[in-house]
Amino acid sequence: MASTKKPRIVAAKTAPARARRTPRKSSAQHVVLLVATRKGAWLYHGDAARKTWSTSGPRFLGHTVQHLVLDPRDGHTLLAATKTGHLGPSLFRSRDLGRSWHEVKQPPAFPKAKEGEKGRVVDHTFWLTPAHASEPGVWYAGTSPQGLFRSDDAGDSWKPLPALQDDPRYRAWMGGEQDGTPDGPKLHSVLVDPRDPAHLYMAMSSGGVHESLDRGASWTPIVKGLEVVGGFDASNIAFHDPHCVRICPSEPDRLYQQNHCGIYRLDRPSDTWKRIGKNMPKRVGDVGFPMVVHPRDANTAWVFPMDGTSVWPRTSPDGKPAAYATHNGGKTWQRLSAGFPESQAWWTVKRQAMTADANDPVGLYLGTTSGELWMSRDEGARWACIARNLPEIYAVEAALVS
Amino acid sequence: MKVGIPSPLLSYTGKSEVEASGASLHELVADLDRQFPGLRFRVIDEQDKIRPHMRFFVNGEQVLSLSHALQPGDSVHLVQALSGG
Repeated sequence: MASTKKPRIVAAKTAPARARRTPRKSSAQHVVLLVATRKGAWLYHGDAARKTWSTSGPRFLGHTVQHLVLDPRDGHTLLAATKTGHLGPSLFRSRDLGRSWHEVKQPPAFPKAKEGEKGRVVDHTFWLTPAHASEPGVWYAGTSPQGLFRSDDAGDSWKPLPALQDDPRYRAWMGGEQDGTPDGPKLHSVLVDPRDPAHLYMAMSSGGVHESLDRGASWTPIVKGLEVVGGFDASNIAFHDPHCVRICPSEPDRLYQQNHCGIYRLDRPSDTWKRIGKNMPKRVGDVGFPMVVHPRDANTAWVFPMDGTSVWPRTSPDGKPAAYATHNGGKTWQRLSAGFPESQAWWTVKRQAMTADANDPVGLYLGTTSGELWMSRDEGARWACIARNLPEIYAVEAALVS
Repeated sequence: MKVGIPSPLLSYTGKSEVEASGASLHELVADLDRQFPGLRFRVIDEQDKIRPHMRFFVNGEQVLSLSHALQPGDSVHLVQALSGG
């Protein structure tokens, strides 16, 4: 049996149910991790040093939770995108940081088709994004199959943005039921320019990256420079498969992207992506799902490479998990694996399952499909395990709360 | 009429048998949604199709159409088939 270095474990205190319902009395800010899994959601509250974590959960046990997101505009509202294997999709909202939950009145749903036409059905909401800081209560939701919805009432009701629903070009670029991920085609990476509430980006797997200057009323593809699978025509938007796109909070003219075909950077006003993943080590490659940006330094970003050779195992290359960081906009990359298992660890990290907090130094967090939650307090230099034996982790978000 | 409710929907109804009325399954589901807001969308999609794994039985017979007519004394059971792990 191959030896595997035992990973360092950070103590995770499992609070009793009664204690979990007791509001935290400290007014100091701390990081809370919002962990969405195939079988429920968990919250992990960190101490001030981010060394120990207390567990709250499961919530929605048995429900598939695709995304669990805090509203940074009020610091206590959570939205959860849920579905069970058999009931239709829904959203739940908490106004007290997860202590109590209520189903929203009208979750995202496509318009009823005209007589004789085949209508679309939302299988699940995949991505949730709070709108601009100046628009309290406004949210965006990306769905599977691809749809983009907006709520003006803090998630209680949702309307589809007609530019995507009704534009035949966009419907063609979305592809059909046989396209997209094994879990269905998805609209994701809904990004809001912090300087302008009307300036949005979004991405579709498949279906490319797109920009709107009018709050989603109209969209323009931005795919120049992006590669597609060999033999296909890169001018066909339908062939583009962005996995995760992020906008830099400190420099909103800069975007990073982990694509099915590499890692890219875009500096607006240019509309041409640059493949910075070519600078990754050849033996690792630049395939992966998540993309993480630094809250204050637009030259720093992180990825978590997956094996994209032969049949695309999409596991850590050679069974050796590692994040990679760039500190110069993608010119060079640094391997960050200290603390991770050194071998025989065949991790998969999904596109929503790696994130950063806003502390200094930045904390990084990732969840694996094998149910492990890991973090670094020092921007990736050293990693430690927070939790094991969770269900398949779909999404991890980090937020500062009081 | 009496309507049997499967366990995944008890969070809406609070009990496994409820009273509801309607001249068709469509109307019955609408009444259920009035009493238990949100239940309908978990069972019927936005194109008015019964979702996969959800089934209606009227007087012990499976019914696949929401336009199926109902009589006041009918017994309706909403059933969820379970699959996967």
